[in-house]
Amino acid sequence: MHATVRRLARSALLILALLTALPVLTTVARAQDISGALAKLTTDSYADTVEAIGQLAASGHPRAAAIVQGIQDGKLEFDAASKTVALRTAAGLVDAAKGEALASPPAGLSPVRANNRVRGVLAAAMGSLTLMSPDPAKRREAAEAVYKSRDAGALATLEAAIPKEADTRVRAAFDAARAAIVLYKTDATEDARVAASEVLKARGDQDAVATLRGLPGDTPKRVRDAAEGAAKAIETSLAMWASVQNAVYGVSLGSVLLLAAIGLAITFGVMGIINMAHGEMVMLGAYTTFVVQEVIRTHAPGLFDWSLAIAIPLAFLVSGAVGVAIERTIIRFLYGRPLETLLATWGLSLILQQTVRTIFGANNREVGAPSWMSGSFEFGNLTMTWGRLWIVVFAMAVFVGLIMILKKTPAGLQMRAVTQNRAMASAMGIRTPFVDALTFGLGCGIAGIAGVALSQIDNVSPNLGQSYIIDSFMVVVFGGVGNLWGTLVGALTLGVVNKFLEPFAGAVLGKILVLVFIILFIQKRPRGLFALKGRAVDA
Amino acid sequence: MITHFLMNGLDARVRIALVVIVAIAILVPASNLLLPPSSPFHVPTYLVTLFGKYATYAVLALALDLVWGYCGILSLGHGAFFALGGYAMGMYLMRQIGTRGVYGNPILPDFMVFLNWKELPWYWYGFDHFAFAMVMVVLVPGILAFVFGWFAFRSRVTGVYLSIITQALTYALLLAFFRNDMGFGGNNGLTDFKDIVGFNVQAQGTRASLFALSCLLVAAGLVLTAAIVNSKLGKVLIAIRDAESRTRFIGYRVATYKTFVFTVSAMLAGLAGALYVPQVGIINPSEFSPGNSIEAVIWVAVGGRGTLVGAIVGAVAVNWGKTWFTGVLPSFWLFALGGLFVLVTLFLPKGIVGTWSEWRAKRRAAPPADATPAPAE
Amino acid sequence: MTEALAANALLYLDDVKVSFDGFKALKGLSLTIEPGEMRAIIGPNGAGKTTMMDCITGKTRPDEGEVLFEGGTIDLTRLDEATIAELGIGRKFQKPTVFESHTVEDNLYLALKSDRGPFATLFHRLSGTEAARIDELLATIKLTERRGDLAKNLSHGQKQWLEIGMLLAQEPKLLLVDEPVAGMTDAETMETAALLRRIHASGKSVVVVEHDMAFVRELGVKVTVLHEGGVLSEGSIDHVANDPRVIEVYLGR
Repeated sequence: MHATVRRLARSALLILALLTALPVLTTVARAQDISGALAKLTTDSYADTVEAIGQLAASGHPRAAAIVQGIQDGKLEFDAASKTVALRTAAGLVDAAKGEALASPPAGLSPVRANNRVRGVLAAAMGSLTLMSPDPAKRREAAEAVYKSRDAGALATLEAAIPKEADTRVRAAFDAARAAIVLYKTDATEDARVAASEVLKARGDQDAVATLRGLPGDTPKRVRDAAEGAAKAIETSLAMWASVQNAVYGVSLGSVLLLAAIGLAITFGVMGIINMAHGEMVMLGAYTTFVVQEVIRTHAPGLFDWSLAIAIPLAFLVSGAVGVAIERTIIRFLYGRPLETLLATWGLSLILQQTVRTIFGANNREVGAPSWMSGSFEFGNLTMTWGRLWIVVFAMAVFVGLIMILKKTPAGLQMRAVTQNRAMASAMGIRTPFVDALTFGLGCGIAGIAGVALSQIDNVSPNLGQSYIIDSFMVVVFGGVGNLWGTLVGALTLGVVNKFLEPFAGAVLGKILVLVFIILFIQKRPRGLFALKGRAVDA
Repeated sequence: MITHFLMNGLDARVRIALVVIVAIAILVPASNLLLPPSSPFHVPTYLVTLFGKYATYAVLALALDLVWGYCGILSLGHGAFFALGGYAMGMYLMRQIGTRGVYGNPILPDFMVFLNWKELPWYWYGFDHFAFAMVMVVLVPGILAFVFGWFAFRSRVTGVYLSIITQALTYALLLAFFRNDMGFGGNNGLTDFKDIVGFNVQAQGTRASLFALSCLLVAAGLVLTAAIVNSKLGKVLIAIRDAESRTRFIGYRVATYKTFVFTVSAMLAGLAGALYVPQVGIINPSEFSPGNSIEAVIWVAVGGRGTLVGAIVGAVAVNWGKTWFTGVLPSFWLFALGGLFVLVTLFLPKGIVGTWSEWRAKRRAAPPADATPAPAE
Repeated sequence: MTEALAANALLYLDDVKVSFDGFKALKGLSLTIEPGEMRAIIGPNGAGKTTMMDCITGKTRPDEGEVLFEGGTIDLTRLDEATIAELGIGRKFQKPTVFESHTVEDNLYLALKSDRGPFATLFHRLSGTEAARIDELLATIKLTERRGDLAKNLSHGQKQWLEIGMLLAQEPKLLLVDEPVAGMTDAETMETAALLRRIHASGKSVVVVEHDMAFVRELGVKVTVLHEGGVLSEGSIDHVANDPRVIEVYLGR
């Protein structure tokens, strides 16, 4: 079934490819013939030159642009006797049609002359020649130039080029350029000019607004109103896209916060342990990624695209193991003394930072992005890097995975049991110290995984963790302690709010406002958005 | 009433500490100014300034001990009050520069000229008067602490939640003071000070006087905090620390008490910051960094929280260690500091002074302790 | 009708409802305590005894219903714990809570009726009358010998007494006493009963929540039985002990 569909699709693609190739083939066939035009250039008559330029411009010949440019620069020379047309270049004389060096240049070469009429034709020809360029990027560039200059001379070429254009983006650029010319063309009909403003509305960017608003005062009212209406419509849509962008970037930032905070949601939220070294667990995950990539670079460069996939389990193990060690050697002696735990883990964070600094140095370490994470894509008016998108996906995956572990696995059941009623869990034969270590290790391991993702967007340095610790606590406290869904909502809310504040307040002031907001929020709801009843994490 | 209140706190330990502090306040400047540099008892000026810095840290530690040791409020943002006091003093010192700045503007500090500001922001008005600046040194931290405390304590934000939001407070201030638009010199802060009440801040005599003043502030802070903790209010604070809701049910408004002591503590921290700035010659936003505030907590923990003298001992001991380490083994200082956090919380929860007095109490109580066995817990 | 009932009562609860996240702790509890009355309240775990105390002392706000004090003149649901304590309602917790790092004497000193403002407290000096009152209280709760000891070094029963002493020091009009004899020896239990009777005899209203039936019998006062957030039965100990509903839910098991 699937195979049939796939085969059909492949045939359809083939047919499509052939259809698109056809016009190209005909152009190639016709392009061979510029000899007539070249012959006209050897007559030293302005009328013939004008004609020749017209033919060249329409020929689509690969050398046509160079020849026309040569006339404009006075570098195209001819010999009437031998019917030779040659281009004077820095490297010497070359055959105009072939572009090869002339073996034996004739003695009596003289430049093709140009008068004002010829110059006018030349300029239009240059514009249309680039509009005709086989390279879509060049065609688009030329269309943008025409859009800006609104040169009425290019109108004819544009109108000729529009129906032939197959690339949709170039076609849109052509349409916009044509519309810009028509909109400003005083001798065009009002209907045509109103229609042009509609086309510009479709372009929908700040340039279009400027073009629409730039009409001179003596423009007919109907045209002006249409242009103003179009400009307003564009502004509305731009404002909407700006909101969409803020929301999308906010979700992206929220995902980063979620990754940083989710491990904390376990250690602080579920166990009530204040782990100030949480940021350092993230940092260890990032350095694990760095080490994995270094090993791959030297031993198996082909695996580079897999480096993150390899780093994820390793980072979980490294940070998780450090977490278990911390729990067994320090934290278990401090249960029920949250403020002391806070201080001891802060001390640990200093030790871990300094250890990493001693081993890897204080400078930022380069962590590369695999090919599938580099680059960006566009969606409507938005540009988004693949890296950011993957982090959103990854954060959600980690979140779902964690919920699954806590809800569906026996280990998760034991963790929840110990959290809810330690004495009862212990009486039922659960080894509570073991579960404590496991839970703490899980929280730290998740932080390590977060470090793998954050190594892609942040500087990998010993201070990496510090920059996340306060934000992470804010997310967990805001979302409601002991509730993973609260952490999710908290992280996304804070991310989006931050991004919406940025355009008005700037990045730093936006962040300050968010902090102040959370401080005030905690006064109102000391247990966060989604408070669980009956859990006391007080001192 | 005031005299009784102040004298009430002077138990034996506080009296001994006061004598030692006042003696240092007299002897160190005297040896620096009167003895020739060749004398073995001469204290060089750089050490005088260094010890002066320690003294201001000791006052910060006292302030923190008052709220943490006696009322159970672990503030991770006390560095903010210290820094605000410092900025208030820094603003006074900036206005004293006058035309001696790089740009020679008689009113505007250099950084404002650099930013093309045309006039002094309103909140800089009055800081050319020493008395006004000194009022601000206590008022600004005091008002911030009062407002913050009133909101937080009224809503019964306690324990680690409070610690976390105090940390967020100082972090927000850190970010704010980094901004040039705030008008506090941005990243570079306030520096290049020239005079303080007419004396050159660099002069040996000024430095010795600032040191003496810092020591006297430690002494005054000790008398004040000792008086508070030994008053009936101090007993209420301890009651709140140990059994907050019990205290509420016998009729004390816990939020009012906490706000009161938090505000007093912030004012004391502001004074410490004000004496710190002329001695180190600069105040910049890094003073707000959360790390600084937590470091102050460890001074108190090392010395022994709930023992005022311990806070002073801890601040001086840890900072002396820091100076020594950063001179001899710079890369090991963070290991040492981190280790200190871990070891003190695990093995020395009462700190140096607390453990020592416990040991002495045990020795003194040793003979009767055999007769009456310790009650089972 | 309601006004008339409330006007004669020291404490008047009418149709008080409290729920926590869907769990209904009190389902329309009504209770009246006359001035100078001593009342025992019994009931199985989860009957709502502690929630009732929380509503009276301002720790929990009822969702519905009235909690009035002193002849219906004061609405307790609008006040915070400290204000209610100052009005004259003292509360002893189920788990003895005293200030462990203060001496026995200081525990009483802090509880003594006085201006509770921070500045008044800051400059307060122990007066002769206050010292005499502390001595008197120490004698009442039989802790004169231990006056200088830290409260954390007291035995469980002594802590219970110290807490009752602190209650008395507040000079309340109404004492709410939650399980005063939990963890006490029989002799201590009887002494506590005598102490509460003496307090009652001195003119104070007392509400005692207790599990220990022997102790309740020893008090010899009107008993209210709570069950599932409401009043199940009320009357003398013999009356409630013979009530078939009470036997079914509580005594019979």
